[in-house]
Amino acid sequence: MMKLKQTSVFLENRKGRLWKAISTLREADINIRALSIADTSEFGILRMIVPDPDKAKEVLEENTFVVKTNEVIGVEIPDQPGGLDGILEILTKADINVEYLYAFVEKKADQAIVVLRTENIDSGIKALKEGGANLLSPEELYGL
Amino acid sequence: MIWNREAECMTTGEMEELQLKRLQEVVKRAYENVPYYQKAFDDAGVKPEDIKTLQDIEKLPFTSKTDLRDAYPFGMFAVPDDDIVEIHTTSGTTGKPTVSGYTQNDIELWGEVVARALVMAGGDKKDKIQNCYGYGLFTGGMGVHYGGQKIGATVIPVSAGNTMRQIEIMQDFDSTILTCTPSYAMYLAEVLENQGVGHDKISLKAGVFGAEMWTEEMRAEIEKRLNIDALNIYGLTEIIGPGVAQECMVKDGLHIFDDHFYPEIIDTQTLKALPAGEKGELVLTTLTREGMPVIRFRTRDITALRYGQCECGRTNVKMDRITGRSDDMLKIRGVIVFPSQIERALLKIEGLEPQYQIIVSRPQQLDELEVQVEASPALFSDEVKYVEEVKKNIEQHIHNEIGIRVNVTLVEPQSLPRSEGKAVRVIDKRKLSK
Repeated sequence: MMKLKQTSVFLENRKGRLWKAISTLREADINIRALSIADTSEFGILRMIVPDPDKAKEVLEENTFVVKTNEVIGVEIPDQPGGLDGILEILTKADINVEYLYAFVEKKADQAIVVLRTENIDSGIKALKEGGANLLSPEELYGL
Repeated sequence: MIWNREAECMTTGEMEELQLKRLQEVVKRAYENVPYYQKAFDDAGVKPEDIKTLQDIEKLPFTSKTDLRDAYPFGMFAVPDDDIVEIHTTSGTTGKPTVSGYTQNDIELWGEVVARALVMAGGDKKDKIQNCYGYGLFTGGMGVHYGGQKIGATVIPVSAGNTMRQIEIMQDFDSTILTCTPSYAMYLAEVLENQGVGHDKISLKAGVFGAEMWTEEMRAEIEKRLNIDALNIYGLTEIIGPGVAQECMVKDGLHIFDDHFYPEIIDTQTLKALPAGEKGELVLTTLTREGMPVIRFRTRDITALRYGQCECGRTNVKMDRITGRSDDMLKIRGVIVFPSQIERALLKIEGLEPQYQIIVSRPQQLDELEVQVEASPALFSDEVKYVEEVKKNIEQHIHNEIGIRVNVTLVEPQSLPRSEGKAVRVIDKRKLSK
């Protein structure tokens, strides 16, 4: 199974709300593996990859946050010029639209990780596999 | 069940005869004992003897909230202070409060009309009434208390607030009837759900909700979430509150106890009486109150009257659910908007918590209407475009209902103020003189 679970949190555009969400995770001893924030003029969506998405959802909901868990794709790419380009080329050629993506760099290896969401997750995974991309399993990503 | 078959099922002829007799008496009493009314009637050139038919009531001047307030504290009493056994007042948020004095007979009357209301909601001596209306100067608590005791039910005078204790009592005492504001009922439902207290753990069968405006959609929501019949009660401190009118199980309008309170509907512009079925401002005259008779009180509540026998067997005239107040009415860019219309629109959206706040402002020349709604799992996704579509959809629903564009803001759950009494739904930041 190459799908990763992503935890999304609704954030009102108000001082201290991001902090409150993050401290809630800290109190539950949940480490955030990757994170991005989509911001609009009126609200934000905090997207995260955490090792235990069910627990993260539970503690955030206890603190009255609105939380959604959904599937995304994790891909490992070389941390060098052209790394991301290769992935996007595969998807574009397969006519697959990317909704959003965020990337982070591994400390030890010379790799970068891209978390991405395509309109259709399954066709995204299929195209990336066929294109020879290095997809990450949940275990591989959480274990980083 | 009908509490007082004689009073609740009389023929139109019998009712009109009784009303005329009582109207003549109360007008005479007011004229002879309250200097304010003597002057007001004299100024209008009308004498108590001029009231020969019920229609003659239109010759009498109106009484406004300001008139009552100007008589603070006891200027409107028609009996010596010695005969007053209980006093209630309005909250006085807009100035000096309005005071209402009750004689012993008035208290009896109050118990009688609330008894009719509770029986209409299916109440009897076996019931336990969890009364979360405030006890004190506010009239809600005591009114339900007297009515509940009159039918021999067990009244739990828990009063307003302390939600955790309410929930505990509801389970431990097996409360069967809940009396509070509809917004507080909604809040209790939410807390019960959050605490994991299912329908099997509570014994509620009916709710008698009043003291604020609510919609049919809100009723459906409360009924579903609390698994009860949710019924509307109407009353006001100035007349008797609660206990002026109550909805029966037919759930299609509230029966006014018109042997005690005479209703009229007037056009708010011309102040002329409107025919049955037409929407306008409710005007009430107390036919039997002794301590403080009130003649043609302008309630500011917008409704319509419907005459005829109800499916429940009662013949008391019915008033529609209040759809607005002539002074709650918002004028946005010249368009009349009632908060209840926005509530109705919101409740049509699946998965939306009916917690909202309306903020009116005028940043430049034009009025802006912002509706804050709490986000919920059904309204949320990891994708910005989905959430924005949800927001647009809510805006469209409201637009369809009120005819003007609004801006919907999603806020976090539990961030809008929950009320234990009357919900504050509208914040008007425009500096308009009313």
